[in-house]
Amino acid sequence: MTAPRATPEPPAGHLDVLAAGPLATIQDLGRPGLAHLGITRSGAADRRSLALANRLVGNRPHAAGIEITYGGLVVRFARAALIALTGAPCPLHLTGRPVGMDAPIDVRAGALLRVGPPDRGLRTYLAVRGGVDVPAVLGSRSRDTLAGIGPAPLAAGVTLALGRESADPPVVDLAPQARYPLTPTLRVVPGPRDDWFTDDSLARLWACDYEVTARSDRVGVRLSGPALRRRITAELPSEGIVTGGIQVPADGQPLIFLADHPVTGGYPVAGVVVAEDIPLAAQCRPGERVRFQRYRP
Amino acid sequence: MRMLTCGADALLVEVATLDQVEWLYGRLCQDRPRGVVEVVPAARTVLVGLDRRRTDPARLRGEIASLLDSPAPPGTSGPPAAATRASAPAPSVTVPVRYDGPDLAEVATLAGMTPAEVIQRHLRSPHRVAFCGFAPGFAYITGLDPALRLPRRATPRTRVPPGSVAIADEFTGVYPRSSPGGWHLIGRTDLVVFDLDRDPAALLTPGSAVSFVEADPARARR
Repeated sequence: MTAPRATPEPPAGHLDVLAAGPLATIQDLGRPGLAHLGITRSGAADRRSLALANRLVGNRPHAAGIEITYGGLVVRFARAALIALTGAPCPLHLTGRPVGMDAPIDVRAGALLRVGPPDRGLRTYLAVRGGVDVPAVLGSRSRDTLAGIGPAPLAAGVTLALGRESADPPVVDLAPQARYPLTPTLRVVPGPRDDWFTDDSLARLWACDYEVTARSDRVGVRLSGPALRRRITAELPSEGIVTGGIQVPADGQPLIFLADHPVTGGYPVAGVVVAEDIPLAAQCRPGERVRFQRYRP
Repeated sequence: MRMLTCGADALLVEVATLDQVEWLYGRLCQDRPRGVVEVVPAARTVLVGLDRRRTDPARLRGEIASLLDSPAPPGTSGPPAAATRASAPAPSVTVPVRYDGPDLAEVATLAGMTPAEVIQRHLRSPHRVAFCGFAPGFAYITGLDPALRLPRRATPRTRVPPGSVAIADEFTGVYPRSSPGGWHLIGRTDLVVFDLDRDPAALLTPGSAVSFVEADPARARR
């Protein structure tokens, strides 16, 4: 931490997307409070990392940034800008020169940013001072990948306007982050439907590792491991779902809901990952394992 | 009524009937306890999202319990739901329908009546939005004539055209946009029930009264 940087306010510009990688979307903190209309919150899957990136460049917390999935983003900045990248640590090159994660980076007009594949984790966040300025939909610039609401995923050739909306001069110079654990332990509050599963199944959920499968996306982290068997086999009338909910569909393989989860679901939810651990869940990549730990708030 | 733990930031209130869901949703909208950030009705539950900085689950449980105490929620022995429902401020919506859906004849056969009778029963019933889900702006509309209650289609369609008016189980609904769907399609409306470029985007919100009217009465007389 140091004194405020004397960064001159750069004029609002734009950036050109040269490559988007596997999936890059614009995200902010989402559209809370609309689930009763069938609209999920969406927003950054790892909200903590987006918030940090915004803080590093002096943006307000709700400013929109870019969520990069497994690297691969290449962008050119038309004007000078102040940027920061957080989340899954990737090799970064700014016009050929290596630059670091989790710190503000001054970018000159015409500079090219290349984001390589992450060493750990899955999702990396790019914040630009002033925010990405695309039209808000229902109060948010987030892409809801399940409902198809919000700005389209980035593609080569797209130009994104940058906003002028920033809060204060950035006050943080570097915010080193702990390495992502290879097998994260997620704290889980049992319920609301833990009583729908056999005791044996629940014991396995707490005791065993589950593997993250390639079918995981912004809707949920789909897992593979010991199946959870139902004690109550009746059909569950659809009920509201929360982010972090561990739903168990008919095949018994659990999934952890992330930002773009449906607002209701008809399969029982055995437990809910606490909000503080959802960023860890959002950074799990296929092939890695997770563990669950019973938690009483 | 049971209050189930749903993580550290929500409670799931489970009740016995859809009427009780509507009643509780209305009460929570009218008299929103402090720290409640989201209220999501569904078929037999109301999900109540809370802000841990302003309340906590134990406190909220108590507040919801006292809401339920007065006035008494609708029950089997109580007055009908509509009489006791504390309605959320929701507009009433008229949906003009052309009853020419691809499943109309099959619905008539399954319900043991003529297609004209299916239409009349769908037109006559007082309908109301119970809750939304499945897709943005998709409303589960209750009040369907009991004679029209049919299970969903055995094989869902991969693509249902937008504006399709459909029935399944105890509900009727309007598909806001093209999507897969397993409901029986009995008609079509030109009313755009969900439009992101409009304010409000969603016309059919929980608590809204819904009237289906014949879009082209001349055609019905043929």
